[in-house]
Order: sequence, then C-alpha cells, then structure tokens
Amino acid sequence: MSAVNPAQGGIALPLPGPATTQRVHWTDRIGHAVLLLIALALIVFLAAPLAAILMQSVESKDGAFVGLDNFIAYAQTPALKQSVWNSLWVSAVVTLMAVPAAFIFAYALTRSCMPFKGLFRTITLTPLLAPSLLSAISFIYWFGNQGLLKDAMRSMGIDSIYGAPGIILSEIFSVFPHALMILVTALSLADARLYEAANAMGTSSARKFFTITLPGAKYGLISAAMVTFTLVMTDFGIPKVIGGNFNVLATDIFKLVIGQQDFQRGAVVGLILLAPALLTFFVNRSVQRKQTSMLTARAVPYSPSPSRGYDTVMTIYCVIVALLMFAVLGMAIFASFVKFWPYDLSMSLSHYVFGLVDGEVGDAFVNSLKLAGGTAVLGTAIVFVGAYLIEKTRGMQAARPLIQLLALTPMAVPGLVLGLGYIFFFNYPGNPLNGLYHTLTLLVMCTIVHFYTTGHLTAVTALKALDAEFESVSASLKVPFFKTFWRVTLPICTPALLDIARYFFINAMTTISAVVFLYSPETKVASIAILNLDESGDIGAAAAMAVLIAAGSTVATLLFMAFGWLVNRRTQAWRRPAES
Amino acid sequence: MTGAQVADSKVNANTAPALQLSGIHKHFGAFHALKNIELTVIRGEFVCFLGPSGCGKTTLLRIIAGLEVQTSGTILQGACDISRLPPADRDYGIVFQSYALFPNLTIDENVAYGLVNRRVSRADITTRVKELLKLVGLPDSGGKFPSQLSGGQQQRIALARAIATSPGLLLLDEPLSALDALERVRLRHEIRSLQQRLGVTTIMVTHDQEEALSMADRIVVMNHGVIEQVGTPMEIYREPASPFVVDFVGKANVLEGTVTAAGKLKLGEHTLDCAQCTETGRSVRTYLRPEDIVARPIEAGDPNVIDAAIEKIEFLGSYCLVRVTATGFPSALTVYLSLNFLSEHTLEVGSRLKLKILTERLRMFGA
Repeated sequence: MSAVNPAQGGIALPLPGPATTQRVHWTDRIGHAVLLLIALALIVFLAAPLAAILMQSVESKDGAFVGLDNFIAYAQTPALKQSVWNSLWVSAVVTLMAVPAAFIFAYALTRSCMPFKGLFRTITLTPLLAPSLLSAISFIYWFGNQGLLKDAMRSMGIDSIYGAPGIILSEIFSVFPHALMILVTALSLADARLYEAANAMGTSSARKFFTITLPGAKYGLISAAMVTFTLVMTDFGIPKVIGGNFNVLATDIFKLVIGQQDFQRGAVVGLILLAPALLTFFVNRSVQRKQTSMLTARAVPYSPSPSRGYDTVMTIYCVIVALLMFAVLGMAIFASFVKFWPYDLSMSLSHYVFGLVDGEVGDAFVNSLKLAGGTAVLGTAIVFVGAYLIEKTRGMQAARPLIQLLALTPMAVPGLVLGLGYIFFFNYPGNPLNGLYHTLTLLVMCTIVHFYTTGHLTAVTALKALDAEFESVSASLKVPFFKTFWRVTLPICTPALLDIARYFFINAMTTISAVVFLYSPETKVASIAILNLDESGDIGAAAAMAVLIAAGSTVATLLFMAFGWLVNRRTQAWRRPAES
Repeated sequence: MTGAQVADSKVNANTAPALQLSGIHKHFGAFHALKNIELTVIRGEFVCFLGPSGCGKTTLLRIIAGLEVQTSGTILQGACDISRLPPADRDYGIVFQSYALFPNLTIDENVAYGLVNRRVSRADITTRVKELLKLVGLPDSGGKFPSQLSGGQQQRIALARAIATSPGLLLLDEPLSALDALERVRLRHEIRSLQQRLGVTTIMVTHDQEEALSMADRIVVMNHGVIEQVGTPMEIYREPASPFVVDFVGKANVLEGTVTAAGKLKLGEHTLDCAQCTETGRSVRTYLRPEDIVARPIEAGDPNVIDAAIEKIEFLGSYCLVRVTATGFPSALTVYLSLNFLSEHTLEVGSRLKLKILTERLRMFGA
C-alpha cells in the first residue's frame, strides 16, 4: 500500500511524459508503405510540376532569381493585357448565357412532369463524349467562311464566326452538360415539406419560386457559374480552332511556351489561369458544405405534380435545346462524311480513309485508346487504393492531411497549367525522370493526376457508405486488412469502381489541354491530331477524328454498362431482396 | 485497510483477474475524455459500462480493444501487458451497435470469417459454423445474406462471429441500441444466458440502466470520464455512491433537510426518525426512491407517517407513478402505487392518503 502511484489520487491532471503509442502490426506496415508510395507519386506528378511553374515565374532565362520582374514585364505588354480582358469577358458572357439556359433545363428535368426526361438528359450529356473542340468544328461548318448559314449570320450583323462569337457559341455548347449536372443535383435536393407548408398558406407560384426554389438552388447556381467560368477561361481547344486572331490566355500560353520557348512568361500566364480555378475550388468547397447541411435526413423528397400548360412549355424548351445539340453534333458527323465541302455534298468515307488512315493519324487513335485504357486501369487502382487507405486504415496520422490535400488539389489546377508544369519539371535536363518526357507513361500519369479529384471523391463517397467497423471487426478476428479489402470492400464497391474507370476513360479520350505540351510524334493522341489536322486546313479529317473519338467514347460507355451489369450481377447479389 | 484486504481475498477466492486497467487517461486534444480509470474484471464476469452519452464508456471499451490508444495507463489481460498491442495481437471478439456484418458475404461466410484464417480444416469450419448458428438460435439461415435477416437476427449472427474463435474476452458496444423494444428484451436474456453457458468474460457498453441492471454481474457507472461507482446491480441501486448514480439509475425524490438532533431529520415542518442521521446541525440533501415511500402496511403508531394529497397520476400499466404533496413538506414526492391499491381505495387526483417513509433507505451525500 506504500507504493502508491501519485497519479492515483483521483485528480484529473494530465500526466507528464509522452503519450502511449501502439505497436504497428506488420500488415498495417504494408498499408503504410503503399500510402507513402501514393503520396510520393502525387508529390512527383503533381506538387513538383506546380512548384516548377512557381519557380519559373520568378526566374530569368538564365535561371537567376528576379522576383516579380516577369509579372511586371507581363503587365506592361499591351497585347497580353488584351488577352486577359478577352478571356474575362468571353468567360463572363458564356456564364451568363449557359447557366440560365441550363437552369431552365434542369428545372424541367426535376420540377415538371415532362415526358422522356431520361432521353433529354442523355442527349444533353452527349457533348461530354467528344473533345470540346468538336463544337467549334461544327460551328465552322454552320457559320464559317464556307458555312451553310453564313449569310443568315451576316444579316444579323456578325461579320465572321472566327473570334469571340465562335468561341462563345462553342463554349456554351460544351459547358452546358457540366452546368446542367450541378444544377440538376442542386434542384433535386428539395424538401417537399416546405412546398406543402407554402401551399397550406396559399402562396403563389411565383412567390414559392423566389422564396423556396431559388434560395434552395442558390449554392448550386453559384457553383455552376464558377465552374462554367473556369472551364471557359482555361479551355484551349475551342479558341485554338475557332478563335482566329482573337487572343485569349489559354492560347497565349501555348504560343509563349511552344512557339517562342518563353517559359518564364508562360509560367506567369499559367499562374494567372490558376487564380480563377483556385477561387472556384474554394467557393465550391464551402458551398458543398452548406448544401449538404441544408437537407436533413428527415426531408421528404419533392415530386412534381402534372400541370398541362407548364409541362408543355417545359417540353418545348427542352426539345429546342435538344435539337440545337443535335444540330451541333449532327453537323460534325455529317461533315465528316461529306466528300468535298461545300462543292460536293455526296457521302463518302474519304475523310476517314484518306484523311486519317493514310495520314497515319490512325495511330493517334490507337494511342488515344492506349492512353484511355492505361488511365482507366491504373488511375482507378491508384485512386481507389489511396482513398481506401486514407479512409479505412490507421496510423501515419501526420502524413494524412498532406495526402488528402494532394488528392483534392488537381480539381483546382487547369489541365493547361498542369501540362505546363510537366514540361518545366520533366523536361528539365537535370531531372532523373527526364527520360519519361514524351512517353505514353507520362501522358497516362498526367491524365490520372488531371482527373484525380473527381475519382477520389467518388471513391470516398462509396467507402463512407460502408460500415466504419468492418476493419475493427477484421482486426479482432485476426484477418489482415488487405484480405477484408479484397473479400468485402472491393466487391461492394464495384459500381463505384466502374464509374471511376469510365470517367477516367472518357476524359482521357477527349482531353487536350494537359497533353498538348507532352506528346511526341510517336505518342500523339487523337484529340491532338484534331488540332494538327485543323491547323493544316484539313477540317474534314479533323471532323472525322472528332467523330471517331465520340464514337469510341460511346462504345466504351456502352461496354462499361454491359460489363457493369455482368459484374454487378455477381458482386451485388446481396442487394436483391430474398427470393422466397 | 481491512476493507481492501477483504476485497483482495474475495478476488483471489474466485479466480485470477481477466483484465486489469490501471491509470488509464485519454485526451482528445484539450478534452480529457477518461480520467485515471482503475478497474479489475474477474474471469467469467459480465461487466456493464453504464453512463450517459459522452461519459467515455465507449472510448474505454475501444481502448480495451486497441481501436483507440490511451494517452497513458496500462492494460493487463491475464498476465500479459497488452497496453501497446495492436488490435490484431489482442484476444477478444467484438460486437458493434451497427452489427458490422459483411453484407456481400452469406451468414455462413460471415461466421466463418475469423476461422478461415486459422488453418482450420474446411470440414471443421463447417461443423463449427453449424454449431454456432444453432447456439444463437438461427440454424437454418446459413445461406442467406445479412440484409435478408431482421435486426435482432443480424445481431445474433454478429455475436456468433465474435465468439467463433473462442476469444478470452467478449466486447459488446451498445449491441441492443439499434433494435426495437421487444427484440431488445428478448436478446438481453439470450446474450446473458449464452454468456453464462460459455463462461466468457464479457464487457458491455450501454446507456440503458434497465439493460445493465438485468444483465450484469457488476456495473461500472461512468460520468464525465470518471468511474462513479463499481458494484453489483443491487448495490448500484440500493447503495448508490454519489448523487449522480442516484439520478442516473432509477428515480429518486430529492429532499433538503437538517439534522436537528442525533437520529432526528427535519424536513420542512416534519421531523422524522432517522437512525443514520448522526451529525447534528448539518443541513443535508437526502435521496429517496419512490418505492421507499409506502402506502401499506401502515399500522397505528408507526413512525414517519405523513398525510398527503394526490396531485397527479401517471398511468404506467400495473402500477402508477403518483405525485403527492404533503402539507409542511419541502417539495412534492413521487411514489409508486399499484393500480389495484388505487382502485380498492377509489383514489383519484385530490384524494388524501397516509404514506410511510422508510427512512432507513434514505441516502445522504451532504449539502
């Protein structure tokens, strides 16, 4: 009784000395090693290239530190200042036109009893299957120098489609599905009880719209506007094809870096492009937090009731939008089969046969498939394993916030900026990884990193839906975590895995911005080939290539759906009710 | 000294301790979640950690499981120091409130999950799984998926999975909280009898006092990260060690009074006989269970009888919770009266009756 521990007095004093730490089980060490590997990959393929841009922007051509001189020199170049202004106002105009148009469409999809909602939704999402510049090619066929409706356009007071008008039209088309998806999500989160309460008090429809619907969708609207603005601001393909002499930041960066080899000023423009993307990222983060807290678990989902006049108006609107989509997509397909625009409109495969195959750009399509396949397989594996280790395993507490930050960063980095960073970092002669430059491996890594965040968030959402105690139970039963990962986590998450893989595949097929800096003649991909064909004046072949990509993406989507159906039948059997 | 020695010899007389916690502290940043926890669990015992949410009971269970790491303190399981061992190196089975059954595996595969890893032959596994399913009363559900079973059935399977490897310690983290009331009571009995049959040392976390009182050999009442009292259910109920325990376990009337003379307690205008009131002149706060104020038998000349009027009757089935006021009493009293008693004497709101206060049951903690 004499050897009383002084701490046993029952007084709640923090004890001196370091906190107890648990020994690490050997299986957990494997997890830690893999997590470190993923962190290392994100540092090499994301953090280091971004750091390289920062360094270039404050260095002279000889590598000496010059502070903000490059920025000052940039601000004193009138032509470049003009580009900043052009980028800003074009992005603003597109945002002001595309977001309201998408809002009405989303409203029709979620708040009316319009027929064929699924069909309308599918049609409006098709632009995602092709590179964004497909719409630019299409508008050239409609309104270009030899366009079908050139005279109609002239009579409306627009001299030429090349420049701001073409960019604005093409961008509206290509950002429409992005804005639509965000707004549909926002408008789906409605609490029917609010509308019931309003009806009970005899509120007018207009008042309900302005006091319930609009405030409820406020965050979605902000988010859609920011995303649209950033997409337009950082898009490279459309202004390259239809921009003519109208300079924007995204095309400047390319001219500066590839044309003039002026890395320093390229880095400055890259950082300017990073600004709106970063802003969008942080606004989106705070908006999402507010949006989820708005809808409690008790909310009753809203379901619209039929109203003939209103439903008809909504249907007419959606039909018009769908027809416009068809006009854009259809024109590209049509033109790709036309023998000799505009003189001989008979159908032929000459663009596909002579333009693509003989021009040896067919290889580019094969490269695209390799890139997309590699990105889908490797990207899904890295993203899912990374998300799993962060969400479901313990230990390495200090490194976790850093890895999470790295996983979210790509969302805030435009592809063009990422590609720029890759040149600076991997093309640097002293870099031991220099050998990767121009290889397909680097293209794959770049594309994975470019689209990492969306995949990561999909995986995290799927993992969070699993019982948090699976890993604890496994440990108590002495089953190593990787066995539970293989037997339980992975099979349950196959739908999410397929979503991630498909997302990677489609984006790898259609991406231009990041890879435009990184290809060599041997590793040129199809979306880049469109740019080259367009530059050499072979717009028919460019259209054919764009259509080919869209077709490839469509086939891939269908294959993913079929494969998903097969796999899910095996792995998701437990979701079906008992057969008895 | 003597008290401690008696307790020690009692422990030795039974068996060696299965689990010894000493000096356990847990900090979450600035929050002190557990403060100097000392506890010994005897082999084969069923111990309940009881307390309101946020009292640290679940944290303590997770520390025993190795799922949280204590800031300081040691844990002995048998003779083995497990303070720093990872969960996989400790010897326990665990059942969670959420069941945590693997939804994509069949019931058979779930129960066999921990056996497959132990180089047990396939035939032995099949036999053992059959035996376990029979033990928890679900012999025919082996081919089903968890989602095809009710909540109570799923929890039985979780229990079977936890005991499949015959662990030395069974940890139950609010296993009944997700179930409906009827199923909860049924499973309460099943878990208890299963535990007794297997003789496995068991620790259960619960916030439900009824659950703890009906299942446990000993209850550990916790509040704000400290152990308020450790004792058998009867001790906890009849001899609560602190005002918190009185309040948290069961109902109690709180009466403020003064000890006027040795054996005399003055409550308002009434003076009651009270053997344990010794310190004269002290003002005290006393606690009295509703069932310790009785309406019968009362005989003429009985001490500590008061006149009361019924203010409110809350019907609870076979008995009623009745609030009475007595003239000159500091506060209203709550008593249990059986439904039969009320109807026999045609008592209703406003009726008067005599009540006897069993002062030997009064608990005092000083004011």
